[in-house]
Amino acid sequence: MAVIIDYVIVSAILLAIGIYGLTVKRNFIRMLFAVEIIVNAANLNLVAFSRNLPVPNATGQTLALFSIAIAAAEVAVGLALIIVAYRLYKEIDVKEFRSMSG
Amino acid sequence: MVDPAFLAVSVITIGSAIIALEFREIIYGAIALAISLLGIAMFFVLLEATFVAMFQIAVYVGAVVVLVIFTIMLVRRQAWMAVPEGRRKIMGVVIMFVTMFGLGTVFITSGLTNWHMEESTVTFAQIGEQILTYYSPALIAMALTLAAAVIGALVLAKVDLGERVDGGNH
Repeated sequence: MAVIIDYVIVSAILLAIGIYGLTVKRNFIRMLFAVEIIVNAANLNLVAFSRNLPVPNATGQTLALFSIAIAAAEVAVGLALIIVAYRLYKEIDVKEFRSMSG
Repeated sequence: MVDPAFLAVSVITIGSAIIALEFREIIYGAIALAISLLGIAMFFVLLEATFVAMFQIAVYVGAVVVLVIFTIMLVRRQAWMAVPEGRRKIMGVVIMFVTMFGLGTVFITSGLTNWHMEESTVTFAQIGEQILTYYSPALIAMALTLAAAVIGALVLAKVDLGERVDGGNH
C-alpha cells in the first residue's frame, strides 16, 4: 500500500517536468501541454490529501472535480488563442508573437 | 513497501509526460499526453476516488486531448521540428532538478512520511450531495465560467468574412 508521501513525490516530479516544459519550449502547444501536466499534479495532490484525512470527507475530491472542469475551459481558450495566433503570424512559436495588436 | 501497481503507474505517468514534451513529432506528443492523463486517472483509482477518475477520463482524454489533436492538425507545419534550444535547455534541466530535489527534501523532512492511509468511506453519492448543497454557488459560478470560456473561444476562433476577402492577414 502506497502512503501519501509517494503520491506527493510523484506530484512534485510532475510539477518539475511542467516547469521545465514552460521554461524550455517555445512552441505554444507544448507550453499548453506543460500547463496541463502542472494542473494534473495539483489535482493528484488534492485527491491524495483528501484520501488521507483523519476524518474522511469528500471535500478534496469535490475541489478536484471543479479544478478539472476549469482546466478544460482554460484549454479551450488556449487552443482558440493558438488558432488566432496562427492566423495572424502563420507561426506558433511564441518568440514570433512580437506585437499583440491585430 | 511501495505497491508494484503504484510503481508501474508512476513510471507510465512520468515517462509519458516527458515524452509529451520531448518527442519531435507533436502529434505523438499529444498521444503521450493522453497516456499521462490516463496514468493520473489510474492514480485516482488507486486512491479509491473512482468518480474523479471517471471525470478525468471523460474530460481530459475524451475532450481535451481530442481538441488538442484537432488543433495540431489545423496548424501543423514541418518547420517546427528544427527549433534550436541550446543553452535554455540546460537552464531548464537545472531548474527542473532544483525544483524536484528542493521539493523532495522539504516533503521528506516534513513528517509526511509518518502519515498513513485511513479507511476511506467517501462515495460518489457524498460528492454529489456536497456539490449540490454546500458548493452549489460554486457550481453555478463554474457553469457560467465554462459557458463564458466556450463562447469566448468560439468568438476568438471565428473567421470573419471581411477578413477572408483581404487575404486574412489582419
